[in-house]
Amino acid sequence: MALARTYSVALIGITGHVVEVEADIANGLPAMIMVGLPDTALREARDRIRAAIVNSGEKWPPHKITVGLSPASLPKRGSWFDLSIAVGLLAAAGQVPRVALDGVMFFGELGLDGRLRPVRGVLPAVAAAAERGFRRVIVAEANAAEAALVPDVQVVAASTLAAALDWLCDTPGLRGGRPAAEWKGSQDLHGEILPNGPDTSGQVHSVPARSGCGLPGTAAPATATAPDLAELLGQSLARRGAEVCAAGGHHLSLLGPPGAGKTMLAERIPTILPRLDTAAALEVTSIHSVAGTLPEHVPLLTDPPFLAPHHTATKAAIVGGGSGIIRPGSASLAHRGVLFLDEAPEFARDVLDALRQPLEAGEVVVARSGVTARFPARFTLILAANPCPCARAAGPAEGCSCSPTTRRRYLARISGPLLDRVDVKIELEPVGRTELLNDRNFAESSQTVALRVLQARERAAHRLRGSPWRLNAEVPGSELRRTWPPTPGSLRVVERSLERGQISARGVVKVIRVAWTIADLAGRPRPTRDDCDMALGLWLGVRR
Amino acid sequence: MRAKDILGKSGEQAAAEYLEASGLRILDRNWRCADGEIDIVAVERHALVVCEVKSRSGMRYGSPLEAVSRAKRARLRRLAVQWLNAHGVRFDQVRIDVVGLVYEGTGGFTIEHIRGVG
Repeated sequence: MALARTYSVALIGITGHVVEVEADIANGLPAMIMVGLPDTALREARDRIRAAIVNSGEKWPPHKITVGLSPASLPKRGSWFDLSIAVGLLAAAGQVPRVALDGVMFFGELGLDGRLRPVRGVLPAVAAAAERGFRRVIVAEANAAEAALVPDVQVVAASTLAAALDWLCDTPGLRGGRPAAEWKGSQDLHGEILPNGPDTSGQVHSVPARSGCGLPGTAAPATATAPDLAELLGQSLARRGAEVCAAGGHHLSLLGPPGAGKTMLAERIPTILPRLDTAAALEVTSIHSVAGTLPEHVPLLTDPPFLAPHHTATKAAIVGGGSGIIRPGSASLAHRGVLFLDEAPEFARDVLDALRQPLEAGEVVVARSGVTARFPARFTLILAANPCPCARAAGPAEGCSCSPTTRRRYLARISGPLLDRVDVKIELEPVGRTELLNDRNFAESSQTVALRVLQARERAAHRLRGSPWRLNAEVPGSELRRTWPPTPGSLRVVERSLERGQISARGVVKVIRVAWTIADLAGRPRPTRDDCDMALGLWLGVRR
Repeated sequence: MRAKDILGKSGEQAAAEYLEASGLRILDRNWRCADGEIDIVAVERHALVVCEVKSRSGMRYGSPLEAVSRAKRARLRRLAVQWLNAHGVRFDQVRIDVVGLVYEGTGGFTIEHIRGVG
């Protein structure tokens, strides 16, 4: 009898695949059949859509309805096809003109009352649609700001199915309710994407100001309650290590007695990291959008993420996975930011070792029957550990009762291969009395350190311009040797360590990377012998 | 007689007239056996048509056609076989049809006839 087509997107990981939704109305007993590998939630759409259509004052076609989702081989999950199915069905029934559907993408879950509900993963879905040439998207109001981050796409924010239909039929207000608002994604002069307010309503929908605006281009928070590096007492070596890691994207391990400031330092590392650039912000926001962890009213994440999973976390929680919809894990949520594993030896060993592959590859690949999801996972790993399980201060002559075997076993829970991938290993000493009382005045604030980190990153980015890498930690070893070797002769001590077996070949590459970062921080054009020796010292740390 | 039965009766009458007008020859009406009742048995060309009639006084509870469930259709198939056996006849084709009627006031119905519902 009649056929209509609409389009939506199926997400596999953070990759969107355009899905064609066909609705066919044929003679026969009233029924609705859905084909094309829908999961349970999508099968339930049948009843949801019917209630939504009827409660929106539209007529439910009393015929045999077949809805096909293609490509049929792609597993389709969740409720975000609701809107596309409902509109397609009404178009097939002749209640919406079919020409209005040209180049429009639909994304939203319907409530039984016809309300349009927000869904996860709008940003990557709209981006995928834009790539395939779709220029208009209809989404729920709460998703509009996120969808408008994609440039050159007209976003229509509808509160209800009726509003969406009114917009399609060009009959604003006919079906009652608030009419749909049109947004237009755009880029401002600084290359920063800010969604404009809706074109029609004249209301100002501005992106909420960031909590911190200390330095231009840094993440230093200005509020008094925000953590600041100045609060950390003593630990000058650990501060230095954190600064190096922040500047070069290197991984860090902190070993020290309780109360020395491991957690405190790790939590303050985000305050010295620069803000994300546009591309990175979109990437990070996409991941968080799929995970459903975007904070409300903040469409674009511009601060580097900081993830501190509890040590009881499972492998799926850290690297991603889960049955049904594959969700990104902490490692991916920490993409372009910091993954902090406090009490690292308490983590299950297989969880820690599952991080080895993403640490090398910069992405997590989760395979499930029929689909393989890829999540970017280029994070800075920070491990913190007590030197022994008794966790009593282990300074000179204090009461640690652990035998050497116990201590070795405890730290051996962090496997060698994982530790081999950690560039900077710092041992923290307990804070002394003098530091506690005097150091306060000399501790650098996050703002000061953040500026140095920013400058070092700019130097590295300038050197690496034209290459796919942005941070020293990302440059592969072969490229490092060929294009950016340190000053001749400066690697003498490092080479000797290699000969003695103190350091692996991978370790040498890591030392050179860290040496570059140290040189960048100091403003030197090339790492000197001192830089390389310092990097070696940081890499070796103190082994127990 | 209760109101719903009066509606059903007049609906069946209207359906029979409608089917005859559209060229079906009616063989039997309200044929009963132990398993249930066939509203209308008719012939269209070489096919035996077992017809279920559903009447509604309005659309408040949805279209009358929706009330013909999968189980109902399965029962109609069984009844068709029983009718054929009881009468000792054979047909090239046996079909199940549904006629839905919605009462529109002043004795009129809107009629929808769906052929071959399985």
